[in-house]
Amino acid sequence: MSVVVLEGISKQFGRGGTTAVQGIDLEIDEREFVSLIGPSGCGKSTLLRIIGDLIEPSSGKAVVNGKTARQARVQRDYGIVFQDAVLYDWRNVTKNIALPLELAGWSRKRRQDRVREMMELVELGDFGSHYPWQLSGGMQQRVSIARALSFDPPLLLMDEPFGALDEMTRERLNLELLRIWEQSGSTIVFVTHSIAEAVFLSTRVVVMSSRPGRITDVIPIELPQPRTAVTREQPRFFELVTRVREALHLGAELDRAAAEATG
Amino acid sequence: MSTPVAVQPLPRGRVARLVGRRLRDWIPALVVLVVVLVGWQEAYRVLAIKQFLLPKPSAIGSTFWDNRSELLHAGWLTFQEAVGGFAIGSGLGILVALALARWRFVGRAMMPYAIAANAVPIIAFAPIANAWFGDFSKASKIAIAAVLCFFPVMVNTLRGLTSVKPQSLELMRSYAAGEVEIFRRVRIPTALPFMFTALKVASVLAMIGAIVAEYFGGSFSDLGTLIRSQYQVFAYEDAWAGILVACAFGIAFYLAIGLLERLVLRWQPSTSE
Amino acid sequence: MSAIAVEPPGQRDVGSVWRAAARALLFVAVLAAFWGLWEGYRALWIHEAWTWPFAVDSSTMPHLHDVIRALFKPPSSGTGNKLITLLLHSAVFTAKEAAVGFALGASVGFLLGVVLSQSRLLQRGILPFVVASQTIPILAVAPIVVVYLGSIQVAAWFSVAVIAAYLTFFPVTINTLRGLHAADRRALELMRSYAAPRRTVLWKLRIPSALPYIFSALRVSASASVVGAIIGELPSGIQQGLGGEILVFHQYYSLDPTQLWATNIIAAALGIAFFIVIAIAERLVVRRAPENVA
Repeated sequence: MSVVVLEGISKQFGRGGTTAVQGIDLEIDEREFVSLIGPSGCGKSTLLRIIGDLIEPSSGKAVVNGKTARQARVQRDYGIVFQDAVLYDWRNVTKNIALPLELAGWSRKRRQDRVREMMELVELGDFGSHYPWQLSGGMQQRVSIARALSFDPPLLLMDEPFGALDEMTRERLNLELLRIWEQSGSTIVFVTHSIAEAVFLSTRVVVMSSRPGRITDVIPIELPQPRTAVTREQPRFFELVTRVREALHLGAELDRAAAEATG
Repeated sequence: MSTPVAVQPLPRGRVARLVGRRLRDWIPALVVLVVVLVGWQEAYRVLAIKQFLLPKPSAIGSTFWDNRSELLHAGWLTFQEAVGGFAIGSGLGILVALALARWRFVGRAMMPYAIAANAVPIIAFAPIANAWFGDFSKASKIAIAAVLCFFPVMVNTLRGLTSVKPQSLELMRSYAAGEVEIFRRVRIPTALPFMFTALKVASVLAMIGAIVAEYFGGSFSDLGTLIRSQYQVFAYEDAWAGILVACAFGIAFYLAIGLLERLVLRWQPSTSE
Repeated sequence: MSAIAVEPPGQRDVGSVWRAAARALLFVAVLAAFWGLWEGYRALWIHEAWTWPFAVDSSTMPHLHDVIRALFKPPSSGTGNKLITLLLHSAVFTAKEAAVGFALGASVGFLLGVVLSQSRLLQRGILPFVVASQTIPILAVAPIVVVYLGSIQVAAWFSVAVIAAYLTFFPVTINTLRGLHAADRRALELMRSYAAPRRTVLWKLRIPSALPYIFSALRVSASASVVGAIIGELPSGIQQGLGGEILVFHQYYSLDPTQLWATNIIAAALGIAFFIVIAIAERLVVRRAPENVA
């Protein structure tokens, strides 16, 4: 069953202004982990937000979880994680994770149980009473992930969630994210700048190029599951990284050719 | 695997958090106060400041003590006017800020007018307020104090309400949260620090507004008229005693708001002045 | 919305003409709405004879056109000229006091802010008193200042300037202090890597970083200096300024209320004029987006 179906999606900003994305066709199945990768300005974040009905497409159709994107948002079919953890300073960790549950009208008992479950999932069990400013960047992102998953959405949208963290924390959180993905059984759409991260995490990598933003290639990643630290050292891993890199370069060349043609 | 990195400990001691800073931090100010008082007391010996203009602290102190009930009563009366004006002006300011944040289009159009209105010397309006409400009534003083408080509170609260990060709003939209929910859970908590800063400023302005309004016609038992009448009979020590009472009430009001701020904003790592 | 919209340059000129026209239209609309509200409120309250919050008649709420007309008639206080001429002269007199007071207060405030920023100990000792100083009712202290400065042969108008400075320095001090500390930490580290002496860091980094904050305070102070000048004139027996005119026309209020209202309009214009001057200066000096706060 497809969780996300995009048909002919385009988006222009302003009257006759920049084309962020054009002619996007993409299908994402249940339990997939799909990464969107490309240079700045290729529209990957815009595309993510179109899926989440945070931006309206100029044309095309977006079907999320069998409904329109708007219905999916209103019925809370997805959770979103940004590069900035966007935690509320005036709420401690427990209350931050509980936020969407409060909005959904869950009872206090149910909220408490679920929040505890989530904190165990992201391994922050002892930090319920802490405030965001007392946590490191990596821990704040884990709270953000816990919050996004708290109401058990079938879809998880992530916009460069580990972009602001150091390499080691990033690799560790990658492993944790895969574990969480497996345990929760959700579908993940993941925007990233890092080729290695995209290849390590995904079942498929969608390579995009800019001007206008479009999909140049979709590369299936058949590396064995579950992936571990060892996976990063496999020859097949390097081959796939190279393949993605080449697809990115191809996209950039097409870009340049188009720019020269139009002057 | 998940040993935490860089976690700040929860601050110990509820009193410490309440006061906001340790008592030790107040010592330099106390030292300065003592030095100034002693210097003032002895200054007339060194400088040629006329005693009658700037009496010794001891003289002011004894004058205050002699007239303390009258002075405190007058101060209390003026203080009531200030609090009344503060409540009305700040309350209206907050309400208007909420409305302007909700209907941003109106706010953006009206902003230059609000800024211009803020530049108008309200003080010039005091005699008219007295004409409206009668010279001896409290209402005119409350009105002036209220107008003085309205703008700083409105502008700063509005600023706080609209300084929410766009990603925070996206997050709320992803939860399909309505405008009311967004206000309740995001905008208002974000605005609280801004609001309290403005309330502290307003507390001082309210007192000053009340006294200036009294100058144009107050009942004979409020502080402004009292001080004025002391001047007319050249009783400078009494006038100074009155001034210091006004000061004391103003400072007390300011500190009370500051205390309220610390109670409400408990979650902040450091409440900035 | 995380839109990356950029307006293509060609379209900007047409847009800005439209926007200027729209703003002018809005201005006229606001004035008309204000006039309508005033007259409407007045008519309704008189008709219904309501007395809350105050009774409305030609004394408490004169017709706006009567107020405007009063500006062009001679004042009750004597001189043959039109009221507006008298008021403008007074406004200029008060403006002089306010301007000198503003310059004085802003300089003192700035210096105090710089000095306090150099030592936390000084801050803890002095700052509470700086804050407390603003609770002293300036109106009550004004006569003493005037008498004292008069006794050392200082002109009365300068005493008023000193009082205006008193209301001006506080926001500038607080904001200078805040602004000096707001320098980007990494920019400071860069300075340290150049082994820059403290004074250089102050002048080349901290002060430029503080400028938006300082100008934000100057906007508030500009209006405060006008307020201070008017308040200073009230108990000082100075006749030539707006404060003096307010007292005079307060006495004439029962005879002709429109004159006090007209004085208020001129006073308001003075306050706004000061504000605009600072806003223009800011646009010239600070080539960044100014903080949009009054």
